[in-house]
Amino acid sequence: MDVSSEKPVYSALVKNLRAGRFVYTGEAEPHKTTDISELIEAFKVLKGYVVAINVTDNPTAYAYMSSLVASYLIQRETGIETIYQLTCRDRNRLAITADLLGAYALGIRNVLALTGDHPSVGDNPQAKPVFDLDSSTLVYLIRRMVDEGVDLAGNEIEHPPKFHVGIAANPNAEPLEPELLKIERKVEIGVDFIQTQCVYDIEVAKAFLKEADRWGVPVLIGITPFKSVGMMKYMIKYVPGIKVPEELQERIIRAKERGGKQAVYEENVEIFTDMIKELKRTTRLAGCHMMAVGFEWVVPKIIERVEGGRPSYLSL
Amino acid sequence: MIITEQKPLEEIKEMLDGVEKVFIIGCGSCATKCETGGEEQVKAMAETLRGWGKKITGWAVPEECCDYRFLRRDVLRPHKEAVQEADMLLVMACGSGVQAVAEVMGKPVAPALNTKFIGVTERLRSFHERCRACGDCLLFYTGGICPIARCAKGLLNGPCGGQANGKCEATQWQTDCAWVLIYERLKEQGRLDLFKRLRLPKDWSEWSKPRERVWR
Repeated sequence: MDVSSEKPVYSALVKNLRAGRFVYTGEAEPHKTTDISELIEAFKVLKGYVVAINVTDNPTAYAYMSSLVASYLIQRETGIETIYQLTCRDRNRLAITADLLGAYALGIRNVLALTGDHPSVGDNPQAKPVFDLDSSTLVYLIRRMVDEGVDLAGNEIEHPPKFHVGIAANPNAEPLEPELLKIERKVEIGVDFIQTQCVYDIEVAKAFLKEADRWGVPVLIGITPFKSVGMMKYMIKYVPGIKVPEELQERIIRAKERGGKQAVYEENVEIFTDMIKELKRTTRLAGCHMMAVGFEWVVPKIIERVEGGRPSYLSL
Repeated sequence: MIITEQKPLEEIKEMLDGVEKVFIIGCGSCATKCETGGEEQVKAMAETLRGWGKKITGWAVPEECCDYRFLRRDVLRPHKEAVQEADMLLVMACGSGVQAVAEVMGKPVAPALNTKFIGVTERLRSFHERCRACGDCLLFYTGGICPIARCAKGLLNGPCGGQANGKCEATQWQTDCAWVLIYERLKEQGRLDLFKRLRLPKDWSEWSKPRERVWR
């Protein structure tokens, strides 16, 4: 019997991953607002298609609604489990410990441990960066809380939390070896899943998944459909290290010329359906992390084409 | 050494608003090497201040401005009356120097420089930050490259996702990613095991309070 299947399971995400079900996750980005009802409505469309939704924590260092609060609200209102993204940029170990205790009390069971973008790229570049911890030591803190019931200093926690912890990875990283060594560093501490940055080059995805085989941790490849030609060009220009094959760029541009927006949507569905099918056929890919911010409705269309209908997930 | 940079003249002028008599103190050590508080810069500052209608009661460049003994020997004893006469001491040294002057002279002080960092001198006028005085040196484990000083996030376990081709996003790709440098250095030395190991969160308890060392 596989030892990993004996490990306790706290979330539907990890239950499905451990059972070998191919899973899809979504990504919600709360903005600078006190009202996320529109976001919640957009994600109701994904019910049954994604097993969980990531909720971003001040992405690219823009000060938005707290990811903890948004994770709770989205989980409560949509009935879809959330993956609480937690960065080390804005909080020291005290605040992070406090937020994790609160997250468990609010029913959150998945945490994605991130370092966080530097304030200099955000909308409050004058902010003092914290980084008391980093993604590795955040994983270490969560492991201590969950496995030993203590905080970083070894102080005992009454009713310790039970979380599954995930990490991010960048298959596009250049050079790649330090990125791989960093992932291994975290895998050795103990992680339950890996979600990658968006990948467009299938060879990059395959090479990364081959490396990932030795880690024994399920990998969800990041998929970000192109909402428009402009968005594609923006991604290529501003996302560090992103590689979009020429052929793929041309397909999107030609679709735009051929039939405008609608054709771009359809081309996206074609491109990513083929890509996911190919990866499912040739690698041990565990799932896909669908990052379609403001473009959520395209996600069910891709999933239906790949799976031939709604995926069937195990409930917790 | 401590790298300093002169404050904008407007700011110096504002600090000296209403002040008539000024004594200027430079520094014979770091600020001289930085060309921000040497004899030449002190004299030029005196000229500027005279242009603003100030009276310069005197000036001095002690061997080291941050050392009470040199301040007594090189400033207080030879320039006692000129220092006494001044309403304000304009100090062209690092923050430690300014505070040492305030302690030893017992007069109001105004800093003419901003203290930037502890760095190395690559060549004339080319300084680079290398140490944050974190109090617990980890250079053995990081191939002699300090991530506290050289990684924009001060990460102990990099690199982060903000590097591309060995450059750092946080500095608009202007500086090297410290963790890629560490990786390359350790790889060259066949010590990637050091790179991969987890470095536990730093103990900042010593760092976050006033530090002093008095040996007897």
